[in-house]
Amino acid sequence: MEPQLSWYLALSAILFTIGVTGVIIKRNIIAMFMCIELMLNAVNLTFVAFASFFQDVTGQLFVFIVMTVAAAEAAVGLGIIIAIFRNRESLDVDEASILKL
Amino acid sequence: MENNLLSLIIFAPLAGAAINWFVGRRVRDERFIGVVACGSVAISTTVAFYLAFNSAGALRTETPVLDHIWTWLQVGNFRADFALAMDRLSGTYALFITFVGFLIHVFAVGYMHGEAGFYRFFAFLNLFMFSMLTLVLADNFVLMFVGWEGVGLCSYLLIGYYFDRTEAGDAAKKAFITNRIGDWGFVLGIMLTFFVTGSVSFFANPAAGEAAHTALSFFRNQPVETFTAGAIFAGGATSIAVLLFIGAAGKSAQIPLYVWLPDAMAGPTPVSALIHAATMVTAGVYMIVRCSEIFVHAPTAMFIVAIIGAATALFAATIGLAQNDIKKVLAYSTISQLGYMFLACGVGAFVAAIFHVITHAFFKALLFLGSGSVINGMHHEQDMRRMGGLKKYMPITFATMVTGWLAISGVPIFAGFFSKDEILWKTWSAPAFSLPSTGFSKFLWAIGALTAFLTAVYMTRMMVMTFWGKERFRETHDSKHQEPDHHHGPVEPHESPWLMTVPLIVLAVLSTVGGFIGIPYALSSSFSNKDVNVIEHTLEPVVAKVGESPVAAEGEHGAVPATEAAHATHSAEEISAERILALVSVLIALSGIGAGWLLFQARPLLQMPRLLENKYYVDEVYDAVLIQPIKAGSREGLWKLIDIGAIDGLLHSIGEAVTEMGRLARYLQAGFVRGYAAIILLGALILIGVFAYLGFPGV
Repeated sequence: MEPQLSWYLALSAILFTIGVTGVIIKRNIIAMFMCIELMLNAVNLTFVAFASFFQDVTGQLFVFIVMTVAAAEAAVGLGIIIAIFRNRESLDVDEASILKL
Repeated sequence: MENNLLSLIIFAPLAGAAINWFVGRRVRDERFIGVVACGSVAISTTVAFYLAFNSAGALRTETPVLDHIWTWLQVGNFRADFALAMDRLSGTYALFITFVGFLIHVFAVGYMHGEAGFYRFFAFLNLFMFSMLTLVLADNFVLMFVGWEGVGLCSYLLIGYYFDRTEAGDAAKKAFITNRIGDWGFVLGIMLTFFVTGSVSFFANPAAGEAAHTALSFFRNQPVETFTAGAIFAGGATSIAVLLFIGAAGKSAQIPLYVWLPDAMAGPTPVSALIHAATMVTAGVYMIVRCSEIFVHAPTAMFIVAIIGAATALFAATIGLAQNDIKKVLAYSTISQLGYMFLACGVGAFVAAIFHVITHAFFKALLFLGSGSVINGMHHEQDMRRMGGLKKYMPITFATMVTGWLAISGVPIFAGFFSKDEILWKTWSAPAFSLPSTGFSKFLWAIGALTAFLTAVYMTRMMVMTFWGKERFRETHDSKHQEPDHHHGPVEPHESPWLMTVPLIVLAVLSTVGGFIGIPYALSSSFSNKDVNVIEHTLEPVVAKVGESPVAAEGEHGAVPATEAAHATHSAEEISAERILALVSVLIALSGIGAGWLLFQARPLLQMPRLLENKYYVDEVYDAVLIQPIKAGSREGLWKLIDIGAIDGLLHSIGEAVTEMGRLARYLQAGFVRGYAAIILLGALILIGVFAYLGFPGV
């Protein structure tokens, strides 16, 4: 049985929902960060699935762009996380609620 | 004809003002300041005389002397240059302004001796000369308006020269604000002129690339507008003329805007002489005569001018009868004489109006300076009730003021006789052009004659109270009129220094012989056949004539040669009528003087009617009818309702709304990252829901 487009999309939706749920329910910043990466990659999966389905390379190009941005974001985000941890000795986002360090 | 010397006439006094303001205030040497002030005006005078009388001078040829200094405004086809022009009319004005102005400057050096603000006074006085000459020599309406405002400013500054006195400050403000009302009319008149004619220039100057026709020559081929009240609002020549006259009435103190002039006497006396008698207040007459081409197409406007002029002349003369302040008498006399000039303009006798402006400049400047000399000699006493018998102490002042008195009263051979007689005759013989009927001209003449009689009476009263009778200045005075800043003990009068008496003497000579430039043909023809009415021949070509049909003027490009026109009117009946009227004028003048003498010689302190002494309560009426409502409306309406209520209220409520919204929006910023994430999710879901429900746009 050939893999259908809907399979990819369903998997992507599941991954994305896991990511969203994680961002909302997790308190640990690292875990939230990982959930964000999960959402990004769920979207990447959608892109490549559509690219393959429509025989159009544009979707794959977008994946590269998203990965690049994700890498940059990871660098900045981890830097921020380290800074928060150094200041607060904690990675609980609910404690970082006063809009300044 | 271009001549760059012309700009020197206006810029010399400006330079004098600048030097006195920047250097004089540091030097504080009266001799230096006086020399700069008088010297700069002397330069103007010399240049003005040279340009007027050299072989190609403005008064000897028909082409004006032009000086295009720079192109000032050019927007579309609107063009106003900073350009000067001296033709026969502006040349005549420039001559007497510079010359009388020079004499008054010299007088002021003596009068203002020892004042702390000496430099300030002369800087302003020179600035005034600059503005006045700009007004007169301007070659377009816009530059004229610059001068017009400039003289208003200088008038304000100089009336308020003693700014530590409340009444001087109030008088200055009153003058300025009253003039604003007139200026409103003037500005609208200029705008309307531009909309109607497409030009604001007086003179065609093809070299400077101006429009083919000027604001004035445009009207030459237009038909005369009808003599109806509706023409005032029709937007044509009549509307322009009425608006311009509003401006003239403000500057030249005509009913109903005359109230500022008597109060303006709070300024130093040379200011009263220069600005409020000889020059500035005659600017309105100048403007009307300059625009005579417009006025002769607007009979309704001329009728208004004549009525207002006659009414002002009589009204001010009656008030002048009852004033006790020597300068107030002269102030009301000035208003009255200005009324004469407007009466002349209104009946189309523009040349007679200018003639009276000139002689009036001589004798009224003389009378004001004489009163200044008296005030100086009396140690700043202005109340004539505390004078009397001064002729013994101030012989030169007395002798010169006698000539001024005879001149203004209209005694023959003195200057005022010829000009006043000319106006009365022209009024009597005015065509029905701007009047409902020829009979109406007789009525105007009667008002003029009555005014002439009253003029002689109140001037005689002033002379009697000041120079004759019992010496009242040694009496100590009860506290009835006590004012804290005035000197009230017994004083010993003295004659003024030569700096003050020499200008008086020169002006006295001019007041005596100045009228000979305008001897009417009817009088001179009894001695010789030569027509010696110089002023009329000089000004005839530049002044529009009433009733000249527009079609006739078209072929000839302007006025007929002056001599022909003048001679054409000398019919035998007219000459004899004019002679009879001249005789009547003389009788009126002499009977006025006689009546004044009889009334006041024995009883100089005769109580005058209270209604007149209180100036018909006009100031009080204006205060109650206009000023208090405006104040109340400003305070309750504009300030409390509009400013505090609407404007401040609006701004405050905007500010409060923003604060309130911020207070609400603050709850969104809880600081919980997961909360933000949830909100983003919610928003995304809503968007998806919307798209799912409505369909994606474009798909």
